[in-house]
This record gives sequence, structure tokens and C-alpha cells, in this order.
Amino acid sequence: MFKFFKGDNWFTKIKDGLLKTRENLTARVKSLFSMRKKIDEELWEELEEVLICSDMGVHTSNMIIEDLKKKARELKIKEPEQLVEHLKERIKECFSNRELGLFTAENKPTIYLMVGVNGSGKTTTIGKLARRLKNSGNKVIIAAGDTFRAAAIEQLDVWAQRVGVEIIKNKQGSDPASVCFDAIQASKARGADYLIIDTAGRLQTKYNLMNELKKIGKIISREVSDAPHETLLVLDATTGQNSLSQAKLFNDTVSLTGIVLTKLDGTAKGGMIVAIENELGVPVKLVGVGETMEDLQDFDPQAFTDALFSA
Amino acid sequence: MFESLGEKLQGIFKNLKRKGKLKEQDVDSVLREVRLALLEADVNLKVVKDFTKQVKEKAVGQEIWNSLTPAQLIIKIVKDQLTELMGSANSKLTFAPQPPTILMLIGLQGSGKTTTVAKLSNYLKKQGRNPLMVAADVYRPAAIHQLQVLGEQLKIPVFSMGDKQDPVNVCSGAVKKAVGLGCDVIIIDSAGRLHIDEDLMEELKNIKLKVRPHEILLVVDSMIGQESVNVAKTFEDQVGIDGVILTKMDGDARGGAALSVKAVTGKPIKFVGIGEKTDALEPFYPERIASRILGMGDVLSLIEKAEAAFDVEKVEELEKKIKSQSFNLEDFLVHLQQVKNMGPLDQLVGMIPGISNIVGSSDIKVDEKQFKRIEAMIYSMTPEERRTPEIIRSSRKMRIARGSGNSVSDVNKLLKQFKEVRKMLKHVSQIEKVVKKKGKSKFKLFN
Repeated sequence: MFKFFKGDNWFTKIKDGLLKTRENLTARVKSLFSMRKKIDEELWEELEEVLICSDMGVHTSNMIIEDLKKKARELKIKEPEQLVEHLKERIKECFSNRELGLFTAENKPTIYLMVGVNGSGKTTTIGKLARRLKNSGNKVIIAAGDTFRAAAIEQLDVWAQRVGVEIIKNKQGSDPASVCFDAIQASKARGADYLIIDTAGRLQTKYNLMNELKKIGKIISREVSDAPHETLLVLDATTGQNSLSQAKLFNDTVSLTGIVLTKLDGTAKGGMIVAIENELGVPVKLVGVGETMEDLQDFDPQAFTDALFSA
Repeated sequence: MFESLGEKLQGIFKNLKRKGKLKEQDVDSVLREVRLALLEADVNLKVVKDFTKQVKEKAVGQEIWNSLTPAQLIIKIVKDQLTELMGSANSKLTFAPQPPTILMLIGLQGSGKTTTVAKLSNYLKKQGRNPLMVAADVYRPAAIHQLQVLGEQLKIPVFSMGDKQDPVNVCSGAVKKAVGLGCDVIIIDSAGRLHIDEDLMEELKNIKLKVRPHEILLVVDSMIGQESVNVAKTFEDQVGIDGVILTKMDGDARGGAALSVKAVTGKPIKFVGIGEKTDALEPFYPERIASRILGMGDVLSLIEKAEAAFDVEKVEELEKKIKSQSFNLEDFLVHLQQVKNMGPLDQLVGMIPGISNIVGSSDIKVDEKQFKRIEAMIYSMTPEERRTPEIIRSSRKMRIARGSGNSVSDVNKLLKQFKEVRKMLKHVSQIEKVVKKKGKSKFKLFN
């Protein structure tokens, strides 16, 4: 069933990571459907609560329930337990079809731009991602584009040393767009396979900061015409409904190609992934499921839903 | 999709407007919507259920006062209940009778602890205390350096023993050092951790045992979802907290976490982080947040800010001018500068009640550069021109445009805007006169 996973390690990790989500969703759905004798309004209301408690949001939860109701009518389903399988199918449908993993450009360098609100885990994710790319034999450069927060450059510098990749940086307070420019020139000159660009955390409602981000995006695509090849929103998995606002406004500013969901281990409700894919169509590409370097993994919707419902 | 709780509730209540009586079925239909709105605001489900139950008990059978419509009555009950849930008074920090007072900030990774340690130290320093910041996050790369940079900016000492030491030793070392440095408040920046990480939770317990902080404050990201309850409860059960600091409230998060955390721990929210700068920390006022959640705008906060920033004499003078209708560009400039002193404009605009109805909460964008251009244009005028803008004709316009690096059409725009403002002010002062004549004004939510 889990042929999409390359090793047991990853499966155990995400399974552990999802334990909470599973407890909240699987167990509750199961007990809900097995305790109830008939399909009635009360059951639907309780299902709605279960879904909302996984941070799936009112809108997406209602949509799923409406579809499930229709299905139940069409197929004349009488037993609540029969609904479980349909629910699983319906949740799977929320995820768009996509290639697994990140895009690699034909011509070097492939450029990844990381964006997100403060404290979502951008810098740590870059460290992990750089390690992963380097381990598969690539030359990686990282750019310290967070020139605002105190010691953000130093933080990325520590990661660069740990992973053993080159870092392009300037002083705190310098123009982030110029750091990006320098990093692209350096990546071209040194024949780097990948360039990963860090940016300062910003709340999606800050007009000026979002404009700054737009400028960074412009510089990148001016220097390398089809870049950035991935623009990834780094999103904290404990975030609630604000994740939708984040995905929407960052998407409006720099057109996101995907989401990195961090801190999914332990605290995750996970439901917001479903909401984001369903309402905005931005795919989750990577998930962080632990503290170590190896805990950044490709997100596989099929496996995710299976894991969500596996006993 | 992203309408605020307040917009939502106002939408619901609009439907109730014409109904003369508050019946049980009305209350039920409203509460169903209140429940969904609260859930969308990330208030925890269990908390929402308790909340709507309480509101229902209060609302049904409530006698409708003559002065309030049923809709206003429900808003009032909902708001009062929200305020009550979040604690009914502003909760202050407690200081040790014998200094130093020890504060420790704890929380998940990325909730904003280090920034908040700096903000809180800055806040206390402004109140005349001598804080010492303690770098006890030995895990996150450059966390110590981050605190040191902030300390340098704020001229507040930072205690660190590098990243090789046990955080427990760092904290006890800081306490020993504080007295010698003449510091009366110690603020510990602990490492971020998941609430399910047993080893790291153990570490917090050990720090607590060793240095016995007078207050342990849980730092919570205002964007957190349904998990808020588990996070708060675990930190409370395992370590024990005395209060909460809510961060990143300057975004468009609806702040449901405030409600949830207070409801499950019973511990007061003491401060709110409202921006990136080190002075963007405010005391928490439950009533204001409640009305902000309800979309009534944070009127009180706005007034307080205005009072602090506005030079009273200048304002009085301005008022006189407006009334005598001799308001000119010089006054306009003073007015602009006063507004600028109040802080980032988008923050202020967001606080104005009803504004989110007009533009939608995420669309409030104020270009502060525009302010600078207006200033430059006014500075490029002669005093005579500022006092009597009517004399500005084409050649003067050209000179002003050149002098301020703008185009003539910019100058035209400014003059037009100024005329409109003057007209508006005239209007306002007339209304004021009428209101004063009538003796009192009635505040109406709906008309």
C-alpha cells in the first residue's frame, strides 16, 4: 500500500508525525461512524466538528460533507460505517495531481525561492534542503536574503558550515534584492546546480514587505528567465485558518509553486493541507517531520491520505 | 473568503435587524453562525461550544431594552461574554518584593520568543527598570547572537555562556550575575520546543526548579490553529505558566487563540506583539480584543495612541483653526506629522471601526512614501503660499514641483486634496456644533 515511500524510515516518521492527526481524525471518524446506528443530521454535524478540529476549516469541511451526503443518497447508503471509505476517497480528491518532489531546471542553476511569515521555519528548511541536494551529488549555493532579522545571516551561516555549502551574504540591513543578484551571478560563475534563496519572514498583510518580495522575484526572473523554478511557501503546520490567507496573499505576490509544511511531527493537525489544496490549488511539496537533517521529505498525497486512515 | 469574524457577525445581524423581538429560534440561528465564525477564527471547538451555550443562556429570555435593537442586544451579550472569557481586567506583571524579578519566556519554535524577550526588556526599560536578557537557547543556530544584536540595539545587557553549556547553568549563572550588574529584572529566552518533546520539557522543569522564576510566560503565535489548546494545556500541566504573550497580532490572524488559550489554562494574556520593531509590544486589554474580534475596531487603542502621540496644545490650536475655518497648508503639515507620530499607518487604519467593511481587512494598504512626497511639496512652498494656497498658480506650481522633485499634476492633486480636507473639516465642525446644541450624542451601531 505504501509503495510510494522509499524506505521504512520515512513512513514511520510521517506515521509518528501524524499520530496526533490520526488520533484526531481516524479514531474520531471511526468511533463516530461505528457508534452511530443511522445516518442523520446529528452525525453530519459531528463529522463537521471532527473535520474542523483537524484545522480543515469550515468551508472545506462543509464541502466534503455535502458531497458525502450526496453520495449517501445516490448509493442509498444506510450504514454509517460504509461512509468511511467514501470520506477517504473524497479527501484524496482534494489533492491535485502532481509530480512528486521539486522541479529541476534543464540549465543550471535551478533556483528555489523560500518565502513565509516570521517563525515558520524557512532557514531551517533551507539547511535541510541544501543537505539533501548536496548528498545527491549537487553543487549547492545558498543566499542569505533575510537581511532584516537580527542574526538571521549568522543562523544561515551556521547551516552552510554544517552542510558544507557556499553561502552568499551581505551585511544586515543591506538590500535583499542585491544579495539575490550577487548569488545568481556567483551561482552562474561557479557552475552551481542549485541556488536556494532565503528571505526575511514577513506577515502577508505588510504591503511594503510584500512589494520587496515582488522586487526580489523580478530580479531573479530577469537574471534567469524561467526562474525561480520553485517558489515555496514555508508554512508552520500548527497554523490554523490563517494559512489560507498566507497561501493566497503570497501567491498573489510571487506565484507560489508549492508549500513546505514544517513541524508536522507531533503537533500536526494536518487538515489545513486539505483546505489549502482544495481552496487554492497550491500543492504541498515537502514536509518537515522532525528535527534532524533527514526529516525533510517529499510530500505524497496518496500516502498521506492512506497514513491518515490506516489503523 | 477571508472576511473577519466581525464582518461575519455583522452580516448575520443584518438579517435580524427588522425583527422586533428576540426569540429562542432567532438566538439559535444566530448562534449557529456565531459558532462557525468563531471556528473560522481558530477558536477551539470545545471553547466555542461552551461559549455559545453561555450566550444562549443569557440571550434567551432577556428582556429587550427600549434603547437597543435585538441585534444590538445580541452583539452586546456576545461581546460581554467574549470579554469575560478573556479575563475581565488588564493583567499586569508581578514583580518580586526583593529584586531581581525573574521572568522566563517559553513556547513552540518560531512563536517569537527571542523577539519578545527584546520587546519586553525594552518595555520594562522604558518603565525605569534595568533588565538583563539571558540567552538560554543553546540549540537554534545563532539564537544567542540574535539576542546579543538586539541587546546592542537597545543598550540592554545580555548574559550568555555560549552554546555548549546546559541551559540550567546559564540561567543560574545569570541570576548570580544580575545583582552585580545592577539589574532588577531577568528575562530568560528559552529554546523553542514542541510540547510533546519530553526531554526538552524536562529541561524547562529543571530551569524552573533551579532559578524559580516569578513569572513563566507562554509565547503563543496568534496564527495557531486548533492545536492551541493542546499546546497551552501541556505547557501549563508540565511546567506551569503564569501568563501568555500573544505574538504577530499585526497580521490578519483573527486571534481566536486568545480565547482558546485563556479558556483552557485560565491564565491571563498579558501582552500582545504588534509589529517587527522592538517597541511593538502592548499590554493586553480583553475588552478591546473582544471588540476587535467583533469588528467594532479597536477604538480604545486608537484613542490612547492618539493621545500619547498628539501634542495637546497643537491639537487645540488646530481645532480652533478648523472652527474659525482658517485651516491652511501649514496646519495640514502639522496634522500630517501628528498622524505620522502615531505609528505605522496601516496599523492605525486597521483600527478604525468599520473600515474592514469598506475595503476588506487584507486590502488596507497605506503608502507611507506618499506622506513624504506631500511633506516635500509643502516644504517647497513659501510661507505665504502655505498660509494662502489660493495664490498658487501655474508658475508657482512649476517651482514647487521642481523644488520637491514631483510633477505639476502631483502639486495639483495635493491642492485638490487639501481643499477637500478643508471642506470636510468645515462639515465636521458644523456637525459638532449641532451635536453640542442637542446636549448629547447617541451612539448607534445600526441606524
